[in-house]
Amino acid sequence: MTERPQNQDLDTPALLDILSSELRNLLQSRNIENPVMIGIHTGGLWVAEELHKTLNIHQPLGALNITFYRDDFTRIGMHPQVQPSNLPFSVDDQHIILVDDVLHTGRTIRAALNEIFDYGRPASVMLAVLVERGYRELPISADVAATRIELKQNQHIKLNRNEDLSLSLSIEEEAK
Amino acid sequence: MKQHDVQLDNDGKLRHFLTTEGLKKQMLLDILDHAENFSSVSNRQVKKVPLLRGKTIANLFFEASTRTRTTFELAAKRLSADVLNININTSATTKGESLLDMLHNLESMQVDMFVVRHNSSGAAHFIAQHVAPHISVINAGDGSHAHPTQAMLDMFTIRRHKQDFTKLTVAIVGDIMHSRVARSQIHALNTLGVPEIRVIGPQTIIPKEAAHLGVHVHHDMQQGLQNADVVIMLRLQRERMEGALLPSEREYFHMFGLTEEKLKLAKPDAIVMHPGPINRGVEIESSVADGPQSVILEQVTHGISVRMAVMSMALGRSSLAEGQN
Repeated sequence: MTERPQNQDLDTPALLDILSSELRNLLQSRNIENPVMIGIHTGGLWVAEELHKTLNIHQPLGALNITFYRDDFTRIGMHPQVQPSNLPFSVDDQHIILVDDVLHTGRTIRAALNEIFDYGRPASVMLAVLVERGYRELPISADVAATRIELKQNQHIKLNRNEDLSLSLSIEEEAK
Repeated sequence: MKQHDVQLDNDGKLRHFLTTEGLKKQMLLDILDHAENFSSVSNRQVKKVPLLRGKTIANLFFEASTRTRTTFELAAKRLSADVLNININTSATTKGESLLDMLHNLESMQVDMFVVRHNSSGAAHFIAQHVAPHISVINAGDGSHAHPTQAMLDMFTIRRHKQDFTKLTVAIVGDIMHSRVARSQIHALNTLGVPEIRVIGPQTIIPKEAAHLGVHVHHDMQQGLQNADVVIMLRLQRERMEGALLPSEREYFHMFGLTEEKLKLAKPDAIVMHPGPINRGVEIESSVADGPQSVILEQVTHGISVRMAVMSMALGRSSLAEGQN
């Protein structure tokens, strides 16, 4: 049985609009004119593809695959691989918008930050996520989040890409 | 116990990499896919990922090697592992310490992986059977038996250029009999579905049982190279000449050396490979080794990614963390 709390908050296209307008405001308030954008595989990259278009970012979109930076590698081993990281620009002195679909424990973002710094020294990094979910394990927070929700430990929120390339969030409950 | 069982842990994951023989196609493809991902690491400002931080890898080279040892060392370092290079000639074995005693001493120093090169066939396999349960062994060449990471970097190079293994004709030229590289290549090519594998060389250095390996034997190079997509030249070891298996270098070059002229018999887009080190003017003409169809230096680069893949697969298994094996 799938429970869907706050279902009204999960109108994904609307959330994407909120995220892109909040991000635009943030960039303006910080006087950042030419940011670069990096999406985290796989869901974060989908969101980034949308934002990259709506915000009209000139530099090509970067993609980060944090597999090699995970902190649970020795416990779970090599993952079936998605595409490798590809940052088609120098990160040195750039203002980076890091994009993910869901912020939860913060571990993915920790790994992503480490990886970005192996490419160079950015001027700043800000974090934009579609959904900020409670329960952080690390001192990491999003600069922009389209929505904030509380879920039970056994619930998972997942971003899916539909056949028409539109995005939709779903909440699934794990059987206990 | 069958050899391919030794290589896998209880979950069917790669624990030791001793030979390409007997490994499933999907395992070989996993190695190639992981290597593909690691190849991007070498193009970065910081050519390093923290995957094997805290792991210790010992290079045990009982036989001289420059390229293989350095690429293993670089692969380990790019994964952030600590590397011990143990030069066996000057170490304990000359003081009469047995091989197993030396291994157990290294185990006591919390080494996680042995990379072994030895001039006896079966050495890596023997070591793998005697190490502590948490230790992985990678064969970096044993006698004339196997050199699996070389074979996989060759498969990686072929896939980069030719994509689909199931449409290829691959010709391997030279001393098949004594070549651990050729043996490992043939097993991998067969598993990956290459329909036409040819071995080319004088009768004296093609093993009689070659046909059982699923290859076509040619003693005439002109015939063997016809329409090949991939031409792999093997290093001719000079000591074979002294062993009277072969005529003079000049005569060998005339019959089996790869020249621009002979290369024209292969497909126009054929690639030329060589595991190195090359003997210019013996098995390959300089203008071919340095020519546009040669991918010999790419093979060296790919060796790092492939070794990173194998090392991280063997050292990143869940059964290691759970303490079972």
